[in-house]
Amino acid sequence: MNSLSLITSCLTLGSTDPHPNVTPSVLYGLGWLYLILFAMNAVWTWKSYHRDCHFRLPEFLGGMGMPNAAVWAMYSIALLLVSVTHLTCASVPEALRWFVMPDFAKSAIDFVVADARRYFAVTTFGFIGMLLLRNWLAKPSVGWVLLNLSLLFLCVSLTDWDFRQIVGKPDNVPIVAMLFIVGFFTWLFFYRANENDRRSALGKGPIEAENNEKVLTWPDLVYTEMICMIAVTALLILWGIALQAPLEEPASAVKTPNPSKAPWYFLGLQEMLVYYDPWLAGVVFPSVILGGMMAIPYIDFNKLGNGYYTFNERKFAITTFMFGFLPLWVGMIILGTFLRGPNWNVFGIYEFWDVHKLEALNNVNLSEYFWYGIGQPLPMAPAGADFWTQAPYILLRELVGFVAIGVYLGVLPMVMAMTVFKKFFLRMGFLRFMVFSNLVLMMAALPLKMVLRWAVNLKYFIAIPEWFFNV
Amino acid sequence: MAATSLIWLLDLARFMFPNVLVEPPTKFKIGPASDYPLGGVSTKWLAARGVWIVHTDQYKGRNLIYALASVCTHLGCTPNWLEGEQKYKCPCHGSGFYINGVNFEGPAPRPLERLGIKLASDGQLEVDKSVKFQEEMGQWEDSNSFVDGALA
Repeated sequence: MNSLSLITSCLTLGSTDPHPNVTPSVLYGLGWLYLILFAMNAVWTWKSYHRDCHFRLPEFLGGMGMPNAAVWAMYSIALLLVSVTHLTCASVPEALRWFVMPDFAKSAIDFVVADARRYFAVTTFGFIGMLLLRNWLAKPSVGWVLLNLSLLFLCVSLTDWDFRQIVGKPDNVPIVAMLFIVGFFTWLFFYRANENDRRSALGKGPIEAENNEKVLTWPDLVYTEMICMIAVTALLILWGIALQAPLEEPASAVKTPNPSKAPWYFLGLQEMLVYYDPWLAGVVFPSVILGGMMAIPYIDFNKLGNGYYTFNERKFAITTFMFGFLPLWVGMIILGTFLRGPNWNVFGIYEFWDVHKLEALNNVNLSEYFWYGIGQPLPMAPAGADFWTQAPYILLRELVGFVAIGVYLGVLPMVMAMTVFKKFFLRMGFLRFMVFSNLVLMMAALPLKMVLRWAVNLKYFIAIPEWFFNV
Repeated sequence: MAATSLIWLLDLARFMFPNVLVEPPTKFKIGPASDYPLGGVSTKWLAARGVWIVHTDQYKGRNLIYALASVCTHLGCTPNWLEGEQKYKCPCHGSGFYINGVNFEGPAPRPLERLGIKLASDGQLEVDKSVKFQEEMGQWEDSNSFVDGALA
């Protein structure tokens, strides 16, 4: 260890690259990470040996039966070898060049994520794919493979300097943990829901109805709670010791840190502020989100799925909620945390945070599109006109925006009631349906505006800076 | 009871107006106009006073010197003047403004605000932060919002 740290310091002193991708200490740390991965998979191998079935080797390998656990055992041993190689050869980075993220993969990933359009398309289609493949994805071994792939991705990505800067920032470490937690609970939901959906297809009741043996509050619940309390306290203490508090320079009214990020749980709102006016994105939409969630029990007419996991019996409700939560909330937090850099530009995860990165964004209002489109100048009141003379000109200028919003929130619900949501309308009645459809449309307004901004540089539907009213 | 509450309320109101306000005066001199050559954005007064002194002919073709408040019109962060890109760029939500202060990218709905500026009797320029001029209200035509750039 002593000689290792000596070599480490020599190498660091001798190195000329201020942003080295691999350093001995990084490789050494990765060795421990691979060791943890090995331990996890060793346990999995053991469980697989006792639980999983066998498969038959192809003829040219003898054609004999093998337990599935054999594959896991080979994978675990490979991880152990990789770990030992990292721990012993950390001082010779050239020896470990096979375990770093190749440059072409970096450029390919950056190409996708460093563009908000592609990123949003990937998250949205990923979400649809997740729903379609839910039966396959929710198998334990598939879930385990996904966990392994994501951890391996993390391991090889950590050999990149820029990636380490983003992921290793003390502010962002909990977000990385959150991604795995969100992934796990989404998986758990589908695992449980699929089981019940299969049972209901066979005419059996949900599994929760069978295992409904009652337990006592004391000691069962209180003990569980206390153990959780102690575990969380221990975790927080360890966390507090291991990671330095991400304090910044003293605040100054004339210097804003670049980039300036909200706390991670508000990054979805901050992303919304890029597309909508502050009073909408900061006040109206958050209130609508909170009020809308409170209204869900009154809007919902589906009596199924009460007290047990299911997907098939509540397809619409779960899909809508998950779309709002995964691509629109968690996805925006990821975008804000890992991809937004200086000047609030979008950067790839392996891209250097260049303050001078230039992204052309000339935004145009809907009224400008309309009036210039029909070859007219914007209606403007004569100079020095008072409020009452100005008002008709301003309203005429923004007329097309008012009409668009009116159609979207006023006419579209009726069209929905007559077409795709006919059954909903009949079950809900007029008032409930209007509340429901307006909530759905407001939720859809965010991705809609994002797409319009990216596609045609649309700035505001209604832009009245004179009265501070922009939509 | 009512009297006590009233006195308490009045005390509270009085508390809102301290005897001494530790703030720099709103009017301050920034030196002669020749310090600010055409086409330049001076960040000299940014840290202390939160203003950029701009000398440009990019607004309606007139050669003007004026003071822009360094407050983003979106949510009030302090943008950075990027010399290479010739724009003010806000680090909070990515709003961008041309050299003359007019917004063109990101969510900021209106141009940066001009502050009062005039030629003082001793030949120096004097900025007055207590007044502001908003472009979208047509206030940039006000002669208190700029001085003639030919002075430089």
